[in-house]
Amino acid sequence: MAAVGALSRIARLGSRICKNRVTLSGNSQKRGIAACIDPSHGLTDEQKEFQKVAFDFAANEMAPHMAEWDQKEIFPVETMRKAAQLGFGGIYVQPDVGGSGLSRLDTSIIFEALSTGCVSTTAYISIHNMCAWMIDSYGNKEQREKFCPDLCSMEKFASYCLTEPGSGSDAASLLTSAQRKGDHYVLNGSKAFISGGGDTDVYVVMCRTGGKGPKGISCLVVEKGTPGLSFGKKEKKVGWNSQPTRAVIFEDCAVPVANRLGEEGQGFNFAMKGLNGGRINIASCSLGAAHASVQLARDHLLVRKQFGETLSNNQFLQFKLAEMATKLVASRLLIREAAQALQEDRPDAVAICSMAKLFATDECFNICNQALQMHGGYGYLKDYAVQQFVRDIRVHQILEGTNEVMRMIISRNLLSES
Amino acid sequence: MSGRVLVGVKRVIDYAVKIRVKPDNTGVVTDGVKHSMNPFCEIAVEEAVKLKEKKLIKEVVAVSCGPQQSQETIRTALAMGADRGIHVDVSGKDYENLGPLQVSKILAALAKQEDAQLILLGKQAIDDDCNQTGQMTAALLDWPQGTFASEVSLEGDKINLVREIDGGLEHIKINTPAVITADLRLNTPRYATLPNIMKAKKKKIVTVKPADLGVDVTSRLEVLKVEEPPQRQAGMKVETVEDLVVKLKEAGRV
Repeated sequence: MAAVGALSRIARLGSRICKNRVTLSGNSQKRGIAACIDPSHGLTDEQKEFQKVAFDFAANEMAPHMAEWDQKEIFPVETMRKAAQLGFGGIYVQPDVGGSGLSRLDTSIIFEALSTGCVSTTAYISIHNMCAWMIDSYGNKEQREKFCPDLCSMEKFASYCLTEPGSGSDAASLLTSAQRKGDHYVLNGSKAFISGGGDTDVYVVMCRTGGKGPKGISCLVVEKGTPGLSFGKKEKKVGWNSQPTRAVIFEDCAVPVANRLGEEGQGFNFAMKGLNGGRINIASCSLGAAHASVQLARDHLLVRKQFGETLSNNQFLQFKLAEMATKLVASRLLIREAAQALQEDRPDAVAICSMAKLFATDECFNICNQALQMHGGYGYLKDYAVQQFVRDIRVHQILEGTNEVMRMIISRNLLSES
Repeated sequence: MSGRVLVGVKRVIDYAVKIRVKPDNTGVVTDGVKHSMNPFCEIAVEEAVKLKEKKLIKEVVAVSCGPQQSQETIRTALAMGADRGIHVDVSGKDYENLGPLQVSKILAALAKQEDAQLILLGKQAIDDDCNQTGQMTAALLDWPQGTFASEVSLEGDKINLVREIDGGLEHIKINTPAVITADLRLNTPRYATLPNIMKAKKKKIVTVKPADLGVDVTSRLEVLKVEEPPQRQAGMKVETVEDLVVKLKEAGRV
């Protein structure tokens, strides 16, 4: 029998309770096999190809290391650079500066698939992509040529700096000031919870160049090593441990005016536009985790026996699994619709991106949590992947705009007079 | 020499899928089941693309025999670096009965038509595990064959090959044109990159029918029945070696 046949036999054995978690069985479970939740339904042939590459990469390069990256808090630079070689460093950045020039829907499909390998790393890759896109879309020729190629190849890594200790949901009230002094801005202030902070090379910073409120905010690109740029301690988190999170501190940090994206006062606008895509990306990461968790739960139910039969014969669990699958597919459809809306710049794009983020992050967390419950005591052990999916996607309900802020955006759209 | 390589790629049920036998025992369930390129075919494509990158050959042509969906498999080969594709359209009953003999006749005809210097195939497909197509194709063309290849190197108009055989590794040298079948350790197939997937869209896939190549695809085999392997029976513990021998004799095993 071919070695590959032997591989497939091992893969089909599933998560046997008494065995250690075999990498191969873990990979097969995440390959999107159960028919009704197959994420390739409705995609074009080309999108299926993108998805296949992302799934294969996730299964081979990420899933085997996901637990180690979490436990040892490793920022997997080499693996991310491999991903960048395939074009994942600037998925929706234009090709003339090294990007892949794909659509928002293509991007969502890719992040969903990569997330099945490691949510935390994929989430960072999506943040990196958002920064690269921001410079690509709003930068001038010099800025695009200076920063984008290195970001797309992940020769350099990027971080996005909006949140501050005093301004999270109320982002427009940010205080980091940028005073114009000749051909430089001098930055003072600090940013909080910055993903990649301290380990990344390029910081896209929202700061106040003008008066109060959103119209006084501009966007500056700050490079690591600039005097006056320093970092806080590495935060200890419940999840997202494969990316370091630190405060980013500016003390009389001089940044060339040439590093400003667009005009003064346009920064908040850029930030909000960036977040629309960011929300789809984060929701897509939740989707991948939920998909993997449904597969894991399903495989567990088929194997674990209590009261003389497999758990899959228990009607309550059958119904629970059905509900999980239904919510998974519903989340997926909403996210893909939002991606289309954003791509086409439809009038409802902002609202539907918020709806997708709200619905998918909440539902997918519940799916992963329920999958953990179905594993019983084993679900609580770090030997089993399901707990990492739960921990990693919990934060998706908080960042890129809390789910409460999503409700604000949606209700404003419903109740505004026009 | 044309510098052209034909690579055969087969669309099979994905290796990670749990196979189920159809209730009427005529075959396995394929409707709605995830399919992908046979893993050994991926290795063959990778080897062909590597040879092209080393500039030892000029063109890689991916070939697949099957229904419309086989074009997806050809696209994957194009995304990995093949230059163009040929889809030999076989569907319905003909496709269900398509086996190594018919495929090798098709490949032989195509090799002559395309003036191929080399045919690269996977050693076997993971659905039928026949391990025959490469050998039959070589026989029909009267070409040398290098099967179970774990190392391939071109030297002028000859090929140095290392074969994985039961006894170990066999080193042979064969003339071109030739048929090579890829074994597991020949290489590690590359991921298609996003730009290559997009470029693949522009590469041409030509569709032909077996009749156009003068090939008769009637099968000489008839599948009588397909069933699951027998359920694994519980074992038995014995106290002594003598007991073991007695039990084995009872079961007719010795």
